[in-house]
Amino acid sequence: MAVTDTASGRSASGGGDAPPKVALLNNPRVRSWLFQGVLAVIVAYLAYSGWMNMNANLQAAGVASGFGFLDENAGFSVAQSLIAYDQGSSSYGRVYVVGVLNTLVVAFFGIVLATVIGFIVGIARLSNNWIVSRLATGYVEFMRNLPLLLQIFIWYFGVLRLLPQPRDSIDFGALGLLNNRGYFAPKPVWGDGAAITFYALVAGLAIAYVIGRWAHRRQMKTGQPFPSFLVGLAVVVGLPLLAFLATGSPLSWDMPELGAFRPSGGMTVIPEFIALLVALSTYTAAFIAEIVRAGILGVSKGQSEAAHSLGLRQGQNLRLVVIPQALRIIIPPLTSQYLNLTKNSSLAVAIAYPELTSVFAGTALNQTGQAVEIISITMLTYLTFSLLTSAFMNWYNARVALVER
Amino acid sequence: MSHTPIDHGDLAYVRDQMLAEQPAPRVSRGAIGWMREHLFQSIPQTILTLVCLYLLYLIIPPIVQFFLIDAVWTGEDRAACATQAQGGTQPDGWFGACWAYVGAYANQFIYGRYPDAAQWRVNVTGLLFFGGLTPLLIPAAPFKRQNIVFMVLVFPLAALILLTGGGFETGGLYLPLAVVAVLALAATYALALGSRSDPRPGLITTATIFAGLFAVVALLGVDFGLERVQTAQWGGLLVTLVIAVTGIAASLPIGIALALGRRSHMPIVRFVCVVFIEFWRGVPLITVLFMSSVMLPLFLPEGVTFDKLLRALVGVALFASAYMAEVVRGGLQALPKGQYEGAMALGLNWSQMMRMIILPQALKMVIPGIVNTFIGLFKDTTLVLIIGLFDFLGQIQSSFSDPSWASPVQSLTGYFFACIVFFLFCFGMSRYSMYMEERLDTGRKS
Repeated sequence: MAVTDTASGRSASGGGDAPPKVALLNNPRVRSWLFQGVLAVIVAYLAYSGWMNMNANLQAAGVASGFGFLDENAGFSVAQSLIAYDQGSSSYGRVYVVGVLNTLVVAFFGIVLATVIGFIVGIARLSNNWIVSRLATGYVEFMRNLPLLLQIFIWYFGVLRLLPQPRDSIDFGALGLLNNRGYFAPKPVWGDGAAITFYALVAGLAIAYVIGRWAHRRQMKTGQPFPSFLVGLAVVVGLPLLAFLATGSPLSWDMPELGAFRPSGGMTVIPEFIALLVALSTYTAAFIAEIVRAGILGVSKGQSEAAHSLGLRQGQNLRLVVIPQALRIIIPPLTSQYLNLTKNSSLAVAIAYPELTSVFAGTALNQTGQAVEIISITMLTYLTFSLLTSAFMNWYNARVALVER
Repeated sequence: MSHTPIDHGDLAYVRDQMLAEQPAPRVSRGAIGWMREHLFQSIPQTILTLVCLYLLYLIIPPIVQFFLIDAVWTGEDRAACATQAQGGTQPDGWFGACWAYVGAYANQFIYGRYPDAAQWRVNVTGLLFFGGLTPLLIPAAPFKRQNIVFMVLVFPLAALILLTGGGFETGGLYLPLAVVAVLALAATYALALGSRSDPRPGLITTATIFAGLFAVVALLGVDFGLERVQTAQWGGLLVTLVIAVTGIAASLPIGIALALGRRSHMPIVRFVCVVFIEFWRGVPLITVLFMSSVMLPLFLPEGVTFDKLLRALVGVALFASAYMAEVVRGGLQALPKGQYEGAMALGLNWSQMMRMIILPQALKMVIPGIVNTFIGLFKDTTLVLIIGLFDFLGQIQSSFSDPSWASPVQSLTGYFFACIVFFLFCFGMSRYSMYMEERLDTGRKS
């Protein structure tokens, strides 16, 4: 019988002559602490020997350890930087900041795009329209089953390379130029008095918030609804618009001009960024679409029926009953997809978009040879992103958790 | 209620004969009815349908044109796949796929730089693998137990010897192994004494395990007269499959162990498992690969070197096992508490409870998650090209630098070929998991 299986040799032997007192090793507490002691010793030994080996190896290789290299001059150029970066004088520490910012930029735009595409595709999969739902299903299956790196390569080496040379740029008129050197967008140049428009926007947001609070309180008290969304929108858009016109439209556009080698002026979006952004967002969108679909299907039909029988209109039903419950299902996996997108942006190293992994764990590591320090910093940075995300998720889960009994 | 016919009397307006069944209105059946219901319900839906059809018209014909109609299927070098302006033979304005290039490179895409004379070994390994896997995946196939033994014990050894050539220098391993064996036997005996139980079964198990290990070491040391093939020469689909299969095979048991550890009541065990899992899940795989390629050698004693492929394998396996652990934990948590209590009430010890009651149910519940992890792992194998290994995609990518086939259509063709191969593998896995899910659904889901 399997019940008397003694493969471990430790199960108590049966029979009437068994001693009444349990053997020391059969005491669960003793066994548990023995086991944990062995585990702790093994882990400590591995960590210790790894540390000692590392020190010995570093000494043998003549590599000075420590973080002093962060202040040294990096001396290489970076293709895209949000902060001032100079090849001649900027340090490795600054390279790190540039890398983190570039990661965050591509992650931010990627998240926005992926969410939009993902929600559209997810809802389309639930459509009654046969061709719409089939197209959406095809999109999801196709995107999910191809490696992201392959998709990045396709966009970068396959598609963007097919774009014309700078002198034959595709001209979008007021929207800028597109060629195989990237996308050259018009750059806004703010004139005098532009700050007033900005202050008006801030004031508009504040007023809209106050109106919303007031309308909510009034509805709670009297039951009278107030179109706070429309009024708020009018304030947020109208106030800055008025200020903008009143100060004499202090905005002009610096248009990119076709040049002999590459367009001059305007804002340059490098092709690496475009390829990475498109690949990341279309890939992640497929996963988001599945999450959205599951979230909507997860709200039972009875909820809508109950809402209708209470007299809510279809729009109110969606806004007040279905969407809040669907979001409860959607948001946790959605945040982890956002995190995945951020982590996947490290694949940029394959096409040399200058984000954290590429510029810091790649170029800076090759130049300094400080493998332990650089890899640790890089990993800790991603770990921080990840821990912040899971902290948010725990907070959200606790906030929206169903209160039962 | 009785069924006596109702007496209609002289009520003339009451029908006393049933009407014949009539066919459904023409507009609601057949192709037209289906289209009315699924494509043209309303004006907005009709517009949507037309937009989608237009989209398909934009996408499908050019793809078919490029990859099939205008494609070049045979040729000697780049001249076949370039227009006259580019120095080829095709008319100007031609734009089609260059399958001749894929054909010329097929051998490299599959074997990498594996020597031609030894490629039969890769083929035999592939045959053993798919030959052993197929009956395992077909639920009705007999000899499951023997099949599993073959796949778990025989195949890995055979694959290792066939692919590398065997004849490892294992002479120095016997003594340490013997010392460990003696220590393990002593520990088993001491444990049995300490718990006042019969030491014989434990001793037999331990002895069997170490006898097996000795046999493996001896076998690895035998020179079969096969040419040694360094892993640096491996490439293409071979490397992709080696990494994926090893990663899958290693991540499942490690993941299960980690999941059990995370659910354990022992604080140190739980702590170690949580830190391990959260660390690997919090960092991108590419940094893990960087770490395994530049940092791992630092942690080893001097003189101990690790094969590049093996380092990548370790990184991939540890990374995948953290994800696997979370999937398995989901299954463990979803199991009702009564299953644990029932198992304990039957008097099962912990390992019996896990082996016979908990894990079979928990793993069955998370099959979709496990397969998703497998698919993710398979897709992630492409990342090894960044640390300089030539997997399938890496081999395709490196073939672009060959001037004898360089043409503007080369990369699109190569990538499309990669798409087909990866899609077949991943889509196949996901379909199989859906099939298994249906088969194993023993009524837990409502």
